[in-house]
Amino acid sequence: MERLLRIDRRIIFAIITIAVIVSLVLRFELPIPASEPVLGIYKKIESLPKGSHVMIAFDYDPASKEELQPMAVAFLHHCFRRDLKVIGMTHYPGAPGLAEQAMTSVANQYQKKHGEDYAFLGYKPGSASLIINMGENLYSAFPKDFYGNDTTTLPVLQGIDSLREIDFLFDLAAGTTIETWIAFGKEKYRFELGAGCTAVMGPDMYPFLQSKQLIGLLGGLKGAAEYEALVGKKGSAVIGMRPQSVVHVIIIIFVIFGNIIYFISKR
Amino acid sequence: MNFLKRTIPLIIAFVMGILMAMQYYVPHKLSQDLLEVVSKWDRIIAGFAVFIGAYSLLHLHWTRIKRKVEGWGYSVFVYFGAIITLFFGFLNGGKFFWNDKQEGTMFDWLYYYIQVPAGATIFSILAFFIASAAYRTFRARTNESTVLLIAAVIVMLGRVPIGNYISQYIPAVADWIMAVPNLAAKRGILLGVSLGAIATSLKIIFGIERSYLGGGD
Amino acid sequence: MRKDSNFFILVGTIGLFVCINIFLMASGKLPFSFDGFGVILGVGLTLAIYSFLYKDNPAFKIAENLYVGVSLGYTIIITWFNFLKPDLYDPLIVPMFSKAATKAPQYALIIPSMLGIFMLLRFSRKLSWLSRWTFAFVVGLGAGVSIPRVISAFILEQTKPSLHPVFSGGETIFSSINTVLILLGVISVLIYFIFSVEHKGTIGTVSKIGIWFLMISFGASFGYTVMGRLSLLIGRIQFLLRDWLGILQ
Repeated sequence: MERLLRIDRRIIFAIITIAVIVSLVLRFELPIPASEPVLGIYKKIESLPKGSHVMIAFDYDPASKEELQPMAVAFLHHCFRRDLKVIGMTHYPGAPGLAEQAMTSVANQYQKKHGEDYAFLGYKPGSASLIINMGENLYSAFPKDFYGNDTTTLPVLQGIDSLREIDFLFDLAAGTTIETWIAFGKEKYRFELGAGCTAVMGPDMYPFLQSKQLIGLLGGLKGAAEYEALVGKKGSAVIGMRPQSVVHVIIIIFVIFGNIIYFISKR
Repeated sequence: MNFLKRTIPLIIAFVMGILMAMQYYVPHKLSQDLLEVVSKWDRIIAGFAVFIGAYSLLHLHWTRIKRKVEGWGYSVFVYFGAIITLFFGFLNGGKFFWNDKQEGTMFDWLYYYIQVPAGATIFSILAFFIASAAYRTFRARTNESTVLLIAAVIVMLGRVPIGNYISQYIPAVADWIMAVPNLAAKRGILLGVSLGAIATSLKIIFGIERSYLGGGD
Repeated sequence: MRKDSNFFILVGTIGLFVCINIFLMASGKLPFSFDGFGVILGVGLTLAIYSFLYKDNPAFKIAENLYVGVSLGYTIIITWFNFLKPDLYDPLIVPMFSKAATKAPQYALIIPSMLGIFMLLRFSRKLSWLSRWTFAFVVGLGAGVSIPRVISAFILEQTKPSLHPVFSGGETIFSSINTVLILLGVISVLIYFIFSVEHKGTIGTVSKIGIWFLMISFGASFGYTVMGRLSLLIGRIQFLLRDWLGILQ
């Protein structure tokens, strides 16, 4: 019996790989109802009047791209469809390429122009200090945008002096930036904050949801899938829910099977 | 010399700490201007830290190459990757680095087709190891580990669409686990960590915690 | 003999990879362009990294080290274009040395620049002490800025909902029970982390309750971690099936 526990781990790797490939190739529909935290973000965007300013912090890099990029794309669809002004920035030096790709590809679908309807301010180091700097004066923190344009001349930023004038800030986080935005940004500059995060960080965010410091949360690929379904732009996250479901069941079977063998062999 | 090396840093930390803590409670224009200037300075200093990281990494691999330690040949690829990216980055599509960043250059190509796929893949490997660990080591040995295991299984099922198919109660129980016991534990940890952070901050300001000074005299 | 078989596996895999790509390009599924070759490079790196699952091998190590190098180069270049150039070079250096500049140099920026350079002196034997000034500035500032904000955002704001009245009108019995459970959980977890008091008697019982809350929370975190890691894998396999082989839409 114990030999079953010592099987070559490559067999487990192969089972997982095959399960993912098969469930991606075979098409079957799964219901993806939106959870409360996801609805919190969706309803907030729905409630904003045209021309409101939404800031997106692309605080992730390629390592978390598979979870957070679908979120960014679905959220951008929602913002541009609602004719909101979108301002992007990032705390991560590895993020600008991904952020720019998401913003321009979605903006082009809605004929939105950089500088007028949206702006990408790029990367800045400093973390908490950067947030405070943005909270006091956005143009001091970002004198130029990602493309080298003087930010004071960008029409999209008209009416914005600092974070205080931002109608909604959405942080896509792969690290601890949500806490940083809460403590050094929202706490003083009082903007509405929502977040999307990797699944690994999801459980840590629940205290902030209950305290209303976050008005909503997209947790991992599941959160992205729920948002894609809500905005009617089913993409890689919704497709990913098929293998996600199947492999979760397989891993649970692994756990149960492993425990059964363990207890039998212990006797 | 000791005054320059030890006393001045302690004075700087004390003055900055007290000044910035007090600043929070003074909503005067001068106080806000100070915050703006100082936060800008701090983020500029933080930018220089990138070069400390870069130097450390390149130094590490240079030492490996110089001493010809086992596998030193792979370190050459670190230099190769860095040099071609820096070359095309500074070349900036023929406009050179003193002009604004150009789009669609070879530098972007290297990012999209090397950094993005490789970065995303390296971290996805963990999926296999976590599946293997779940089979081999995730055991209900004690009461506590049994609770952990049951919570994990419910959350894993409740957080994917298939959980709805098995039973409508699974997602409901998963939601409850997240919003009540998980929330309580995470809040307890958060409060503990926050109290610890405040205590450490006070120690830094009053010169009790000096590890940031590093070694030496 | 074993070395030979490894060599043949490597050559065979590379040969198969080349053949598939020739077929994909010839059939028009992959464009014969820079982007087409980019996808092939991305797929090659993805497969090289996954080859680690079979066993550690040179292809994996090359891909890993190349990634580290490119990431480092990208970080430096982005730091130049997004930070050094707009924050220091354009407002300070250019106006100082260019007669065509329309704005006066922002001399105040010399102070943080000097502090930044002092930090880099960490690597100098003689002048490394100067980096202490920078670290003192950064650490002191961070400590001062953090204290009031952490108290307000994390301690007060997080304590408030934990002390929510059990009955203030309109709640179900379940939400009232949950309120009590959350309060119990927060207190017991905090007590568990107090190590200056011996965990005996009432304290011991309460800290035991704290352990149970922590275990449920760790279970939830484990479940979410599995979910997250799998999502990354699913994303990569979608890339292989969609962007490379064109099987997925």
